[in-house]
Amino acid sequence: MEADTETQVLFERPQAMQPVRMHYCPGCTHGIVHRLLAEVMDEFDLVERSVGVAPVGCAVFAYEYFTCDMLEAAHGRAPAMATGVKRVRPDLFVFAYQGDGDLASIGIAETIHAAARGENISIIFINNAVFGMTGGQMAPTTLPGMRTSTTPEGRDLKLAGNPMRVCELLAALDGPAYLARVAVTNPRRVREAKRAIRRAFQAQLDELGFSLVEVLSTCPTRWGMPPLDALKWLDDNMVPYYPIKEFVVAEGLAEAE
Amino acid sequence: MRKMIEGSRAVAEAVGLCRPDVISAYPITPQTHIVEDLSQMVADGDIDAQYVRVESEHSAASVCLGAVAAGSRAYSATTSQGLMLMAEVLYNIAGMRLPLVITGVNRALSAPLSIWNDHQDTMALRDTGWLQLYAENSQEVLDMHIQAYKISEDDRVLLPVMVCMDGYVLTHTYESVDMPTQEEVDAFLPRYDPLYKLDPDDPYTLGAFADPSLYQEMRYEIQQDALGSKAVIKEAARDFKASFGRWMGDVLDPYQCDDAETIFIGLGTVVGTLKEWVDVKRGQGEKVGALKLRCFRPFPLEELREALGNAKRVVVVEKAVGVGAYGIVAAEVRAALYGQANMPPVTCAMAGLGGRDITFETFEEMLKRAQAGESDFFAGMRAELLEAS
Ligand SMILES: Cc1ncc(C[n+]2csc(CCOP(=O)(O)OP(=O)(O)O)c2C)c(N)n1
Ligand code: SF4
Repeated sequence: MEADTETQVLFERPQAMQPVRMHYCPGCTHGIVHRLLAEVMDEFDLVERSVGVAPVGCAVFAYEYFTCDMLEAAHGRAPAMATGVKRVRPDLFVFAYQGDGDLASIGIAETIHAAARGENISIIFINNAVFGMTGGQMAPTTLPGMRTSTTPEGRDLKLAGNPMRVCELLAALDGPAYLARVAVTNPRRVREAKRAIRRAFQAQLDELGFSLVEVLSTCPTRWGMPPLDALKWLDDNMVPYYPIKEFVVAEGLAEAE
Repeated sequence: MRKMIEGSRAVAEAVGLCRPDVISAYPITPQTHIVEDLSQMVADGDIDAQYVRVESEHSAASVCLGAVAAGSRAYSATTSQGLMLMAEVLYNIAGMRLPLVITGVNRALSAPLSIWNDHQDTMALRDTGWLQLYAENSQEVLDMHIQAYKISEDDRVLLPVMVCMDGYVLTHTYESVDMPTQEEVDAFLPRYDPLYKLDPDDPYTLGAFADPSLYQEMRYEIQQDALGSKAVIKEAARDFKASFGRWMGDVLDPYQCDDAETIFIGLGTVVGTLKEWVDVKRGQGEKVGALKLRCFRPFPLEELREALGNAKRVVVVEKAVGVGAYGIVAAEVRAALYGQANMPPVTCAMAGLGGRDITFETFEEMLKRAQAGESDFFAGMRAELLEAS
């Protein structure tokens, strides 16, 4: 058939992604974020010169899903390990992928200090308000009143403290070049999330300093909800508490676009 | 009361019966069920404790340190990477002579990442000043926690105790246990009455600087009291038997060892498998025995000499490699026997690392190789993997 010559590829698996099935639960948005990350790596032609740092958390197997080199961190230590890699190989694109237990709980010191030093690395931060991997315990980002396996009656702020807004916290520092919070609950938001990831990557490529994109993410399994309900729950409950916006955009970065 | 419950649940209920004032922990597999159960019990009002959800194990240990220093009874649990992260604070707790009990769930260490069982994590902490007890089954781990507080808080000891339990094998399996009542535990374990604590009316400073004129004596005292705690551990086991009618050994627990030609030494759940195998071997007329090393710190030197003196050979089922040297347990068993007359040779059989099953076949291999005179080896290996690399 002649039509063959006119066939165009409109959509395919990104080069940065391994052709394997992921272990994430059905409806978990970790997978969407992986996909966006891979698309942006492709678009910047980074696959052959990237190193990713995988966290301890549900994304512990991230090294199975990206075609670039990957390094497995101890729980929470990804920003420090990424710093080491980037300092030795500034020519490489270095990113870390972390959950809220990893980044905001046990690894908050590494996060704050990498940001304060303005390390030229990029972090994708999955905020799903629980520790997914270990069974849905309270995370620093667990919402007030939210039930988890360690706050069975709901997070009582008097007993379990207040949730942490990571972007707002880091925005107080001078090191970050790009900080944004996004969600992936509908197609428009997915597109906006991708744009934020592009800008974070651009910040590193332009050597502007630390960049982080916080992605509000669902954990249908540990929230005990069907995936669609989880998306709605996120929009109704997490978005009001964790505003979606860009917190820091370095001057040079704004011009680069 | 008899109950069919998960090992983790047995620990949580036992800890609850010990009436802790403060519980602080950070989740980590396979310890998590213990602290989840405890947070539920606190939420339900079954335990009158504060449950502090901290950001890491380092902080969990530090919260416990502060809580005990302020005169309360505290508890935490962790495993593997979490234990490594706690290490700095664990030395401090022991150095300040603060009585505390934590459950050290046994799990392999990274890298490569593994969530399965071996003993490399708690064994790495053997010199922290913590006493270490290893449990064979759910009943023992339950009872051990109650004994552990009693030992730790004894004025002759004042050292923290780590109750070690095998991850998954014990934390995630269901067994029938006899759960004591609150009254029984209260009678055995009175409320904590600290010898000293932070109190402005009677001021103390804990953890102060010790220059070279002082430090060595402080270490000496820890060493003396740790060694001396052996008597207290034995006493606690005896008293426990008197109160609850159960006995699972004190520092050691021999099984068919009296006339045994070969004695296998194990810690934790592997002892259960060993006993089964010993029965089979005895049925075949082979004189083997199993010796449970229930207490690793303090190290039961004299008791081991006595228990092993009549054997022809000893095989240590070693789940902790002292990389670059020998198996950690075997090295200490050998040291205990060194210089004694007519002591048997000690074989170190490393096995069960990163969760590999130790089966009757593994014991058979160990026995054969020990009989052939091999002294240090890995058993249950997958030769095809080594050839491939
Ligand atoms: C030192 C240490 N402590 C605890 C753990 C256990 N652990 C593994 S993943 C995890 C939390 C994961 O939660 P999060 O980072 O929010 O990622 P998610 O699974 O939700 O994607 C914890 C506590 C560990 N591996 N190491
Ligand atoms: S537990 Fe939650 S975060 Fe983890 S894969 Fe499942 S849905 Fe995703």
